[in-house]
Amino acid sequence: MIPQEIYDTLKGTFGEAILESKLDGVLDPWITIAPERVKDIARFLRDDERMQFDALMLLTGMDYTKGRLGVVYHLHSMKWNHKIVLKTVVAAEQPHVQSVEAIWKTANWHEREAFDMYGVLFDGHPDLRRILMPDDWEGFPLRKDYQVPEFYNGMKVPY
Amino acid sequence: MKDVLLNLLHNEILVYSLMAIVPLVWVIPFALFAVWWERKISAHMQDRLGPMRTGWHGSTQTIADILKLIMKEDIIPTAADSKLFKLAPYVVFGGAYAAYAVVPFSAAYVGSEINVGLFYFISISSVVVVGLLMAGWASNNKWSLYGALRSAAQIVSYEIPVALAILAVVMVVGTFDLQAINRAQSGMLWNWFIFQKFPFLFFALIIYFTASLAEVNRTPFDIPEAESELVGGYHTEYAGMRFALLFLSEYSNMFAVSAIATTLFLGGWNSPFGNFLSGPWWGVFWFLSKGMAFIFVQMWLRWTLPRLRVDQLMYVGWKVLIPFSFVLILGVGVWMLAAH
Amino acid sequence: MDVTVAVHKEGVLADVDAGRKPAAIPGLGRALRAEEMVINMGPQHPSTHGVLRLELIVDGEIVVDVVPHIGYLHRCFEKHCEHMSNYQQVVPYVDRLDYVAAMSNEFGYAIAVEKLLKIQVPERVEYIRVIMAEFSRIVSHLIALGTYGLDMGAFTPFLYCMRDREHVLDIIEETCGARLLYNYMWVGGLSHDVKPNFQDKTRAFCKYFRPKIAELNALLSYNKIFIERTAGVGILPPEVAINYGASGPVLRGSGVKWDLRKNDPYSIYNRFAFEIPVGKGIKGEVGDCWDRYMVRVHEMEQSVNIIEQAVEKLPAGDVQSAIPKRIRPEAGEVYVRTETPKGELGFYVVSDGTQSPYRVKVRPPCFVNLSTVPAICRGSMIADVVAILGSIDIVLGEIDR
Repeated sequence: MIPQEIYDTLKGTFGEAILESKLDGVLDPWITIAPERVKDIARFLRDDERMQFDALMLLTGMDYTKGRLGVVYHLHSMKWNHKIVLKTVVAAEQPHVQSVEAIWKTANWHEREAFDMYGVLFDGHPDLRRILMPDDWEGFPLRKDYQVPEFYNGMKVPY
Repeated sequence: MKDVLLNLLHNEILVYSLMAIVPLVWVIPFALFAVWWERKISAHMQDRLGPMRTGWHGSTQTIADILKLIMKEDIIPTAADSKLFKLAPYVVFGGAYAAYAVVPFSAAYVGSEINVGLFYFISISSVVVVGLLMAGWASNNKWSLYGALRSAAQIVSYEIPVALAILAVVMVVGTFDLQAINRAQSGMLWNWFIFQKFPFLFFALIIYFTASLAEVNRTPFDIPEAESELVGGYHTEYAGMRFALLFLSEYSNMFAVSAIATTLFLGGWNSPFGNFLSGPWWGVFWFLSKGMAFIFVQMWLRWTLPRLRVDQLMYVGWKVLIPFSFVLILGVGVWMLAAH
Repeated sequence: MDVTVAVHKEGVLADVDAGRKPAAIPGLGRALRAEEMVINMGPQHPSTHGVLRLELIVDGEIVVDVVPHIGYLHRCFEKHCEHMSNYQQVVPYVDRLDYVAAMSNEFGYAIAVEKLLKIQVPERVEYIRVIMAEFSRIVSHLIALGTYGLDMGAFTPFLYCMRDREHVLDIIEETCGARLLYNYMWVGGLSHDVKPNFQDKTRAFCKYFRPKIAELNALLSYNKIFIERTAGVGILPPEVAINYGASGPVLRGSGVKWDLRKNDPYSIYNRFAFEIPVGKGIKGEVGDCWDRYMVRVHEMEQSVNIIEQAVEKLPAGDVQSAIPKRIRPEAGEVYVRTETPKGELGFYVVSDGTQSPYRVKVRPPCFVNLSTVPAICRGSMIADVVAILGSIDIVLGEIDR
């Protein structure tokens, strides 16, 4: 299926949860979706006959500055060999996104990393803890406004 | 040798103490040599050279290592049970060395000529298990504990095929006395027990050798000290001279089981040419050479084969070696009855 | 924003000491039962292939659960990229992700930025890149197979693999001066052209290496003890593998015939004839450790095929003609994935029109492959955990970035 068809099918099924899209003139066409319907849309994309996106290639957090965080999903279908990119945008004060860990187990560690680096909270994730940083680190390193803390447990951080 | 010394010194206690130290004269230089030999064998098998700088082709490398170990700080973990921790290497070495009391180096020398020599050997080498368990438990380290438990299970299980394989030889010769077993193989090469009652005693050697690899914790049965899984197994926490002592006992154990294999199957101190090149000193030479041949095979196997997982190891011991040894004993027994 | 994060006190169940009900272990989700023990395959361990901490919850020798802890080698790669003054400056950092097969990482990144810039590299560059990537594959698999033998207790194959690896490293050192971390594949071209004796040396290596694979097979692959340790151990069913996102030999070992060089081709791989080895469950079940191991052995043979074909057709040209003087891509983003020896390495590069990247996200294959380990290891023995971890073939530089 070409990206336009994927967009039309999604728009038809989910209506106002599909926000924007950019399907032409870009290397990887993307569709922006609402953060509170992510899981339903993901399940539809995995299970529907014509879509069958059985592989989540990449799940990453993004910092879109001006107080907005985002999550980007790169999906791929091994069966039909088509790809699509989904994006969601949330506010930094309330960064709740539904977790897709139950749909693709790949997302388990990827969401932990997005939480660790950006502070995006994934609702429904069974074990949301930091993965790369130490467990008691404060702050979310990959945010654009991140300040490196001066001390960590009594040790000086920047040297 | 005992008589010569008694005539010279007229003091029984002194004579027996000297006789007890004689194997040490062999064991310690042997351990130094064997460590170097192992490094060289492994190096050449792995397409590299090994120690080359200290002395001729690295021959004094072990002496340098021993000096280093002596000078190391004696580290005992705070939470370790220090009495057991300190005692364990001595128990291990004691068990390994006590076996040398019955090893017949030559027609003229055996530490203690008892008529249950073989029986004594099998039992005294089990004392090593106690020492290993002490080492693993007292280290207060979960990984050492694993190593010690596995080692205890392994050694105890493989005692049985060892004993059964030895039993096949004992049935043929009729005595446990090691010097008598040696004398029974005197003459030419074909009098050696490996060629008697063919092929039963040949397979008895194979079974004995395999099971003895498990007794001395060598690959493919080196689960207790599996470096890739348990770091060092029961000797992880040992440093300096204590580690050197554990290492020394491993090598002396290796030679002890090789010595028994030589005595039982390859004719011990007998020359392969009958009376040519035989005598008390030549006997020492033949005995040590055959023992070293077994050591070479042990080292060869270590650097070739991967190791067995602990349950597979138990399977091999209980379900493969023991049934085969029973078949062997049956075969030898039937042969001997039929020959009557 | 109030975020509660579970803090795991190292090793001590703090509440047990206070006499209260024991706390749940994070990752496990429940407290320990009486017969269970927590044992750390700590950050320093001979077999964890790097600084990885595997918290094993064991009942005797049986592993009840495995909780991996990573992050000991986190070097803030993605944050650094955002502060680079140049896209080319990122290349040495990218080397250090999978430091065992550095050329493969550079390949993916170079393709990603070239897509953003919409430039086409000369043919010679493409051919040399393919040859170097396949050399990288051979080198990485040699380390994987050698250290796997080492984990199993076979000390000798490791040194044979290292010896064979030296030949490849000699060729690469002549080309770009480095043995392990190359900084060779720049955006738009290569840093150095190959020396005139490159083709002869490569052909000589291919002739030398094929019998060595046979030697490795004779020594290790078909050894009865090795088969007993690895066949039937650590079975990963194909649907589970796909759902977890596994890729590379881990996925192919489970019987799924999926290789990005054929299924999602990049560079000039579609010009070469080679096969995709897949695990068939010959010695045990499909998807066990032996299958993953043999997929790597066969992949080395196929890499030699590709190298031989590529080195015959190597065209003349200038490898530096397409390197842009100033790299300022238009605002946009791209996701490029390549088949590295470990699996599918993805680069998600977001550009905002300036000279430094806005976001470079790496999708490491080992990160995703490692997440399958808890699912595989439940119910196996401690010795099997070592076997399974070795067959997944992880490099912590990639996982932690």
